[in-house]
Amino acid sequence: MIITVASGKGGTGKTTVAVNLALSLDNVQLLDCDVEEPNAHILLNPKITQTKPVHSLVPVISEDKCVYCGKCAKFCEFNALFVAPKTVLVFPELCHSCGGCMLVCSKDAITETKRKIGVIKKGNSNNIDLVYGELNVGEAMAVPLIKAVKAEINPSKNVVIDAPPGTACSLVSSVHKTDYCILVTEPTPFGLHDLKITVQVLKNLGVPMGVIINRAEVGDKKVYDYCKQENIPILMEIPFSKKIAELYSRGVPFVTDMPEWKNKFQEMQKTIQRCQK
Amino acid sequence: MTREITILSGKGGTGKTSVTASLAVLAKNAVITDCDVDAPDLHMLLNPAVLETQEFKASRVAVIDSDTCVQCRKCEEHCRFGAITQQGIDPILCEGCGVCVYVCPLAAIKLEKRVSGQAFISKTEYGLMSHALLNPGEENSGKLVSLVRKNAKKVAEKENCDLIINDGPPGIGCPVIASVGGVDLGIIVVEPTLSGIHDMIRALELLNHFKISAQVCINKYDLNEQNTLNIILFCEKNKVDVVGKIPFDSIFTEAMVAGKPVIEHAPDSKVSNAIKKIWRNITQSIE
Ligand code: SF4
Ligand code: SF4
Repeated sequence: MIITVASGKGGTGKTTVAVNLALSLDNVQLLDCDVEEPNAHILLNPKITQTKPVHSLVPVISEDKCVYCGKCAKFCEFNALFVAPKTVLVFPELCHSCGGCMLVCSKDAITETKRKIGVIKKGNSNNIDLVYGELNVGEAMAVPLIKAVKAEINPSKNVVIDAPPGTACSLVSSVHKTDYCILVTEPTPFGLHDLKITVQVLKNLGVPMGVIINRAEVGDKKVYDYCKQENIPILMEIPFSKKIAELYSRGVPFVTDMPEWKNKFQEMQKTIQRCQK
Repeated sequence: MTREITILSGKGGTGKTSVTASLAVLAKNAVITDCDVDAPDLHMLLNPAVLETQEFKASRVAVIDSDTCVQCRKCEEHCRFGAITQQGIDPILCEGCGVCVYVCPLAAIKLEKRVSGQAFISKTEYGLMSHALLNPGEENSGKLVSLVRKNAKKVAEKENCDLIINDGPPGIGCPVIASVGGVDLGIIVVEPTLSGIHDMIRALELLNHFKISAQVCINKYDLNEQNTLNIILFCEKNKVDVVGKIPFDSIFTEAMVAGKPVIEHAPDSKVSNAIKKIWRNITQSIE
């Protein structure tokens, strides 16, 4: 079963939930799809056993063959090509690697080359198989790297995916085709606002979901009312606790210091499995 | 000349928006933007009244005309995003590149523009605001951020405002790049946690990469004073100014529930005093 942990906005405790859930289950693989700011490994300190580069394909123009007709640039939806009288400029950060320019060039002047956009790191910590991506700084496109991380999914394991914040393309590609999504939120107006947007995305994607309320009791009750009204189960409440915050600031997942929480996470996973059937 | 600063955080949830809202109050004659177009929050503190709405159409999506299609599957073969299957086109996976349109021998596919969001110009008690809302799950948030900033520049010129304050999106990807390109100063709000420090370093690298001067503001500094010290030492070593430290205080959440910038909600609190000091430091450095 593949469970994604998402939150709309960062800072609600999404990574904490993903890591603590992973630590509470057996036979787990944890994928950190927050490739812009992967944090799960900071809490887990894995021994990295494998690092591999992730590439995207970008066009290369052979100046010998090119007649500067401009067809390629005209085709490119993303303005990644610019044809001047005596040269063709390629803007690799804009290229979506669709291969279209290569198709439309009647002079066979275009080939493709690999460009490194980031790395995938694999490791193990506390019996958790961890996979995470790291996007190169200055690189705009996270989605190809997220897809590469997801290509590492091991279906024979309990898979937990830590999704990136936001509700745009990065979240969508992380949660696409997963079995269940846990939304971590705070009971505040900001939390509710972001939750509503994320719920909309998941409904569009048809992914079943439940909510974990973190730092319960800090704000107001509107998140609870909203979940009831939308029929979204509240899977767990994590109280605001100085101890949890302090453990987090030192990079310690709270289930390691407060083992009674392991049970709660295991129970939650069973509940999720039950409503799957 | 109009100056422009962007408040960043690496990750969301560090209190960036709460800090930005208070800075917007202190700035007076500034245009405020919310560059977090996929999950904007600033409007909940500034209560803008929308003056202008603009549709944002950036991406396109392929649509198959099933009457013309003879199921030759050429499009499926060429689509690199796995967006075409026997069931049709998955609009979520479709990037709108147009390869399928090109390879279809029967012209059964076309690209259609999709409305991906809306941009607004609004009035708040503290000045004009440029913001937007991306439709859930859409891509191209970077382009929408650029539109938000373009709108802000337009109104700043028209109204003779000398400062634009951008509330940046989380992360370091396309929307963030779009929110920092060409600004005069990037301010990173960081929490003294291990992941906070990690995110701050990535955000600093990003600002460095684009040659934008950076400053750091530590929020909830008393949550872990050792980490706070580490942040200060790191910044000293890398010649980055720390513009201030804000204590941990539930007054931030109370202000949020009240829907007000903390500096309005509790003007004499420790938090507000810290923010005033930060504002003085920032203004000095951009003069
Ligand atoms: S389509 Fe081919 S020949 Fe024409 S400008 Fe592009 S690369 Fe050159
Ligand atoms: S591969 Fe596609 S996106 Fe990249 S340059 Fe060619 S046409 Fe543009």
